[in-house]
Amino acid sequence: MKTAVAPTGAPTEPIPLATDAVPQPFARWLPFEWIVAIRFLREGRVQTAFIIGGVALGVAVIVFMSALITGLQSSLIERVLTGIPHIQLTPRKDIVRALRDTAAGIREGAVLQAPLQRLKGIDQWQSVLAQVGAMPEVVVASPAVAGSAVVVRGDVSRVIGLTGMIPDLYFRVVQLPGKIVKGSARLDGTDILIGTELATDLGIGVGDKLNVTGTSGTMTTLTITGIFDLGNKYVNERSTFMALRTAQTLMALPGGVTSIDITVHDVYAAEVIAQRIMSSASVEADSWITTNAQFFTAITAQTISMNAIRFFVGLSVAFGIASVLVVSVVQKSREIGILRAMGIARGQVLRIFLLQGGLLGLGGALAGSVLGFAGLTAWTQFTRADDGSSLFTLELSAGLFGWTLGLATLTGLVAAVIPALRAARLDPVVAING
Amino acid sequence: MTDSAPVVELRNMHKSYDVGLPNETEVLHGIDLVLQRGDFCAVMGPSGSGKSTLLNLIGLLDHPTSGTIAISGQETTTLDDAAITRLRGHNIGFVFQYHHLLTAFTALENVMMPMLGEQEFANPAMTQRAAMLIDTVGLTPWRDRLVGQLSGGQEQRVAVARALAMQPALLLADEPTGNLDTKSADAVFNLLRKVNSDEGTTILFVTHNPLLAARCDRTIDVVDGRIVARPPQASTDSQKAQQR
Repeated sequence: MKTAVAPTGAPTEPIPLATDAVPQPFARWLPFEWIVAIRFLREGRVQTAFIIGGVALGVAVIVFMSALITGLQSSLIERVLTGIPHIQLTPRKDIVRALRDTAAGIREGAVLQAPLQRLKGIDQWQSVLAQVGAMPEVVVASPAVAGSAVVVRGDVSRVIGLTGMIPDLYFRVVQLPGKIVKGSARLDGTDILIGTELATDLGIGVGDKLNVTGTSGTMTTLTITGIFDLGNKYVNERSTFMALRTAQTLMALPGGVTSIDITVHDVYAAEVIAQRIMSSASVEADSWITTNAQFFTAITAQTISMNAIRFFVGLSVAFGIASVLVVSVVQKSREIGILRAMGIARGQVLRIFLLQGGLLGLGGALAGSVLGFAGLTAWTQFTRADDGSSLFTLELSAGLFGWTLGLATLTGLVAAVIPALRAARLDPVVAING
Repeated sequence: MTDSAPVVELRNMHKSYDVGLPNETEVLHGIDLVLQRGDFCAVMGPSGSGKSTLLNLIGLLDHPTSGTIAISGQETTTLDDAAITRLRGHNIGFVFQYHHLLTAFTALENVMMPMLGEQEFANPAMTQRAAMLIDTVGLTPWRDRLVGQLSGGQEQRVAVARALAMQPALLLADEPTGNLDTKSADAVFNLLRKVNSDEGTTILFVTHNPLLAARCDRTIDVVDGRIVARPPQASTDSQKAQQR
């Protein structure tokens, strides 16, 4: 190895000359713009740390809020939809049409009285059931008879709502077996399931007999095989379940059904599916979205609120990154000027600052995801229901993190556009002279 | 571009600011200047006379209001920004009064920057050339130090090495010794003189120091935006050798 004499103040050890192998200072696979962008960020490490911290906090809030609200919504929807079908098909309502002189188009009967809606079955319900059951969006379709009846025990009577169904199908629509608090969900021809409130009011329990009189005047004696709690006092007072044939007899609807209850894969698509069914079959189709309009409105409002929070947090992150980069452009204007004088193109300068924005976004998103995940873990540990179970299940999906990383990086890039353009458009003479 | 063409050729070059406005000011009035390969030319003149503007125009950092600028035979006034940037990167090196080094990088890395910017990815040949230039300016022991850890004279020498990275035909030095003590200024000047004689690099050297100007092959005076004629400097080969 050749050596040279060190100038004054130089180290005393032999100095390698240029002809010796010089270690590569830059990774050979890293493009020029990446090298400069990373070094600029590293050089202003305090500034970089602060803005990454800011982005991380924003991303953590988004991750935390998203998982929390999504989990809460899923839990609420699950609780509501375990007790009701996603879509219910019923017979078309009777309507009265105005009498017209069709030739002249003149309305002759101007006063119309709404018709009485008598209990009637769905026309050709077996074919409707087969048609609906074949739809790929549908999980299960269950025929049912619903109506009112009177139960009598001693000198106490109560008006009840009865639902007759095929347990194997219906229990996949309404998860009744999970709500049984006494007895079982067995339903043979003479069995009945009643709610906890009705059982208390009538002073009866599992194995007791109950006289049920249908609206047709038919009376039958049924055995209580199970007592359920659907989580609603009014429902527990009035709802009863029995076999389909038993209900058909009580409602004087032999072979008929008054509704077909449907569960679908995507609960939010229920209304669209209901509309499609109505257009192809002669039935009314009500989705849970229309029958629980206020609940759905609340869920929608919650979703809008969540998106608003995401938007404003994203906006503040973008402004944070942009302001740091604007300052950086001012701080580095002389260096940018000299880079341009050295033959560095405007596009390269633009990419250097865009990359800084993207890297700040990505770095902040990675740190924020970890922070958000830690916050969610702590939340599940410290917030418990009275019985010690978790209040609701938090939904931590890889998709949420991937989406957040991508969006934060994109936000960083977008935020960097204006500072990057300013840097690229800098007049080298003005930049160099300051 | 041809090897025999002058490195710099200015014809009737004018430069005005605030063109079309009531306060329009012409700072250069019809400059004609030819610099051949190997010229070492000092530019002198009072502050505000247009020296820096002249250098910026020759360095293609600014555009003339009228007239032509040819660099190594390439007429530049019709080129777009990308072509000018390329031409500047390949043919012109700059050393300013303040070094304008990238403080996030070491001395070696700063010298590599023009080559890296042009080729996009680092390679051993690039590193070797940068190391050789650092060696030429006598800074090998400080090669891997961040430039902020170097003295003013050392920083200016790194700036000279960086200006030479692309083997430019023309080196523009705008008062490169203005901020240095006498010893450092002398070292930087000798370095430029060596580059001029060894590589044949044409050097245009703006200075207020008449002693340094006297050591150049030729001096032009810029007064009120015009080049004032000055007789060629009587400088024999032996005197030049002594100066170096």
